[in-house]
Order: sequence, then C-alpha cells, then structure tokens
Amino acid sequence: MSSLLTDRALLWLGALLYLAGFLTGLVALTRRQAPTGLRTILNTFLVGGWGFQMAGLYVRGLAVGGCPLSNTFEIVQFVAWSAMVLYFFVGTAFRVSLLGLFAAGYAAALAILSLLIAPWDAVHGQKIFGHNPWIELHAALAVFSYGVFGLLALTSLMHLLQNWSLRHKRLNGLFWFLPSIVQLDQINFRLLTLGVLLLSISLGVGAVWWLRDSTVVDLPKLIVTIGVGLVYLVVWFLRWRTKLVAVRFAWVCVVLFFLALLSLGPVNSNRTHHVTLTPEG
Amino acid sequence: METPPPVLFLLGASHHTAALAVREKLALDETRAATLATRLQAIPDLREFTLLNTCNRVEVYGVAPAASVEQLTSTLGEVTGCTHAELAGVLQTRVGHHAVEHLFAVAAGLDSQLVGEAEILGQVKAAYDGALARHLTGPVLNRVFQKAFQAAKHIRTHTAIGTGQVSVATVAVDLAGRIFGDLATTKVLVVGAGEIGLKTAQAFQSRGAGSITVASRTLSNAEAAATQAGGWAASLAELPELLATADIVTCATAAPGHLLGAAAVAAAMKQRPARPLFLIDLALPRDIDPAAAAVANVFLYNLDDLAVIAEGNLARREAEAAKGRAIVAERTAALWPQVAQTLSRGI
Repeated sequence: MSSLLTDRALLWLGALLYLAGFLTGLVALTRRQAPTGLRTILNTFLVGGWGFQMAGLYVRGLAVGGCPLSNTFEIVQFVAWSAMVLYFFVGTAFRVSLLGLFAAGYAAALAILSLLIAPWDAVHGQKIFGHNPWIELHAALAVFSYGVFGLLALTSLMHLLQNWSLRHKRLNGLFWFLPSIVQLDQINFRLLTLGVLLLSISLGVGAVWWLRDSTVVDLPKLIVTIGVGLVYLVVWFLRWRTKLVAVRFAWVCVVLFFLALLSLGPVNSNRTHHVTLTPEG
Repeated sequence: METPPPVLFLLGASHHTAALAVREKLALDETRAATLATRLQAIPDLREFTLLNTCNRVEVYGVAPAASVEQLTSTLGEVTGCTHAELAGVLQTRVGHHAVEHLFAVAAGLDSQLVGEAEILGQVKAAYDGALARHLTGPVLNRVFQKAFQAAKHIRTHTAIGTGQVSVATVAVDLAGRIFGDLATTKVLVVGAGEIGLKTAQAFQSRGAGSITVASRTLSNAEAAATQAGGWAASLAELPELLATADIVTCATAAPGHLLGAAAVAAAMKQRPARPLFLIDLALPRDIDPAAAAVANVFLYNLDDLAVIAEGNLARREAEAAKGRAIVAERTAALWPQVAQTLSRGI
C-alpha cells in the first residue's frame, strides 16, 4: 500500500466524508425543501466514509497484529464505525427521517475528535485478540453495545429536538423533517433493549473469565464496567415500567452515553502499556 | 374574403377580477355549465374550447378569430344572467402567449386564492378531460393543456409552493402527524358538536384517524356530529374517562370557562405516561387551561398558535410563488413558438 495511505490517512478520509455528508444534508435541509436524491447523496458519503474508515482500521489491525481495540483512539473509531453499521440496518428498516444526517454528524465528530487528540493514540494496550475467543467476544460485544448506545443517544437527541420544536412552536427548517415523537420513542426503547442485551452478554462472558482469574481485571475497570451496565439496565427497567418516559427518558439516554464514553478511560487504562507500531511490510 | 387567422385566447373572471357577489352570479352549476358548452359549441368560428368552472373562476380557453371572442361575452352573459355592464368590469381577456402563461399559472395553483393549493390541478384536468371526451379540443388546446399539467407538476416538485398547511384544521392534523406519525392508531376526541369541531373531526377522518368520538353537553348534538364525522357520540360527563384514552383532543365549545383544567390533564396522563397527548383548543374563550401545557408529554395548541402557523405557511408559499412564476415564463417562452406555428397554419 502506498505510504500516503497510512491508517490515519484512511481514517481522516473516512471522517471527512462523514463530515461532507453531514454538511451537505444540513445545508439542504435548512433550505426547508430537501432536493431530490438527497438521501442517495448522503448515503453515498456515508458508505464511502464507512469504507475508508474500515480500510483504516484494517491497516491499523495489520500494524498491531490484531483487532484494533488497543487504545482510546481505536475504540472511539470502532464505536463510530459500529454506529454507522447500525444506522445502515436501523435506517433502512425503520426509514427514520434525518437519522442519516445525525449519524453522519455523530460519526464525523467522534472520528475527527479521536484523530485530533494525539494522546489517545500515543499508547497501545496489550492485544486482546488472538488468545481467547471468549475474551474477544466480550470485547467486541461491549464495543458494539457502545455503538448501539451512541445511536440511541442520537435518536434521543432527535426526540428532544422534536419535543422542543413542538412545545415552542418552532416548526420550520431542520425541525420540519424530524420523525414523530411516537416513532422516536419506539426506536429508543428498541435500541436500549438491544444495547442492554449486548452489554449484558458481554459482561456475562467477561464475568466467567474474571471468576477464574480475578487478577486480569483491575478494580476501576470492574466498577466502571459493572456500573455502566447496571445503570443502563435500571434505565431499561424504568422505561419498561413507564416510570421514565418521554423527554426525561431521552435526556437520560443522551447524558448516560456521554458518561459511558468518559468511562472508556478507566476501562482502557486496565491494559495500557507502551507498544511501538511496526506495520507489516 | 379570406378568413382571419385564429388566436389562442382566454376569457373569464376569477377572484382577482370579480367580487364575491358577481362570482355568485357567474358560478355555473352542472346544468348551466352544460348549457354554456352547448351554446359555445354552436359558434362556428370557435374551433376549440375548454370551460374551466370552479368556485373561484369561470374561464373559457379557446381558439377562434379575434373578432369572435367578443361574441363569447354576450353568450356568457345570456347563460349567467349577468348584464353587459357587470361583465365588462370583471371579464378579462388574454390572447396568445399570455393565455398560455395564465393557464400554466392556474394549473400550478399560482393564481389561486390560497397560493399553492393542489385542488385546482385536478379541476383543470377534469375540465380538459370533459372537453376532450366531447371532442371540443384540437391540436392547440391539447398541446397547451398537456404542457400545463407538466409545468404544474414540475413547479410542485421543484418549489415549496405546496408545502405547509394553510387552514387551522389541516395545520392541526399536520401537527398530530408530527407527534404520532401514522394516525391510523390514534383516538381522536372532539369536544363540542359545532361547525369548527365537526370540520376538525372531518379533517382527522380524511387523514385516516383510528377512531373519532364527539362529546357534547347535548347528546343528540353529539350523535348528529358523530354521524357526519363517522365516529361515536358521548356526553361531557364522560370526559375524564375519555381523556385518559384519547390521543388527540380538540375542544371547540362555547363554554364560558375552562372545560379541561391542568389537574384533569395531569390525572389523565398518569394513566398513560408513555403516550403523548395532543390538545387542540379552538374555542374562544379557551376551553383548556393553558397550564396544561406544562404537563409532561402534553402538547397544547390554541387557535392563535394554529393561525400563526397557517399564516406563516401561506407567506412561505407566496414567497415560493415567484420561483413558480419564473418557471411558468420560461416554459411559456419555450412552448409558444410551436403553438404560434400551428395557429399560423390555420390549424
């Protein structure tokens, strides 16, 4: 591969395509009338961005000799990538208006942020892949559940915007194209259920190995991981019992995801040590 | 003596030129419209014509020598009973490409009282289809009307003249869609059996609302309105129970005070916290306590709120109309040389 097309260069290309998709959609929608084929244009940017991001992660994977989940930079990139995979499924299945635009903005923000914060990519943890398939399953499901929670935060944000527009009678511009309150509420509950299920399975698999050897996980990671899983489970239970609904439920989903993102630091610190990347060649 | 060449013309009156009282006289019911068509058919120089007859306009589009157009005015006067003086002030005549431009604008809804309304396109199509079926059209009108339909479709697709509802009832229905999405599963409760309540109920019915219940102080009034709206009747005494199960509540009574207090709304929401409640207050004085808007998952809109949205939509449509008129001018300029050539050949 050309020396210009390094992993970071490919990831930059992916991030910029996400950004281009987001800006194209935003400009078109603020003019109230979406041009014909906007969905196609946006999805082309998203598929292109996703392809470059995957290529970047693949090149990085070759360099680290395993799945690229060895530091905060890689995990954040993977969270953005998995959210986009979910969008391709959820967006197609439910035809959620504007979700593509929000997903593009979200993936662009995460990807660009991770590329700009150099310390996130300065150190690499030990490889978690290639040794034990159960641990690999645990890690992959955990990161994928973060992708689901990320998408949930997006649809919750859309719910908050739609609620705000209806309450303040500001119904034009971007608000015009938002999905209905009821549709967003149904999608939010389904995404929360999926995320909780994936995270629970991931924690269950991790717990089996932790019981065999409790030294493999340090206390901060243990507390934070169980804490995140437990809070999401409680939120799911409260929503199921209709004790936490509508705007409050949406706010909780948004705030909780940001807290979950912050938890990546303690979770990742457990296995961080310096590794020099030596790309295969 | 050589026959003068035919021209494409429009002769008629609309809300732009005629006051309501004159339009009432000009309005043609089916019988009079058929009479006018028969009388026009009898004019030998009138080679092609189509009669467009709506609540806001009576217009004849035709092909005839310029001198014959005058004759149509007297025929129109005879059929409608309008005097020559009355017609002189309101009838407008447009010839050549001006007639084409006018038809394009009419078909696209640019000339309508509510700019951008879509109903007019169907009316123009019906008028043309009727004339075509009776062999009243020919090469000129066939081409011009087909192009008018294409232009109207293009304008509706490429400008925003048709977006946003412009009546209070349809704005309310639109808002309900933004809260519930598909209305097929929604339960609509209309409080008040008057005209406004009935119109709103019918607007929800036409958009496929799941069920409609009309509640009124007098049960017989509720039953009459419910029959017209295709729903159920209830008495006002059942309001607390109905409120707990309804998704959309429209209030339009003449009650002097609030029929629905914030406490009653909050109590209803406790029984269905996850399901939004859309309250529409169309009454003056208001039927719903404004404090009900503060209850979680409740959306309250009153008459002023809906009117502001409708007026905003109308203003936006009118702003978009300029783009539509530019398209009309462009398409007229493209079509007119071909039509002129057909006319110059004497058809």
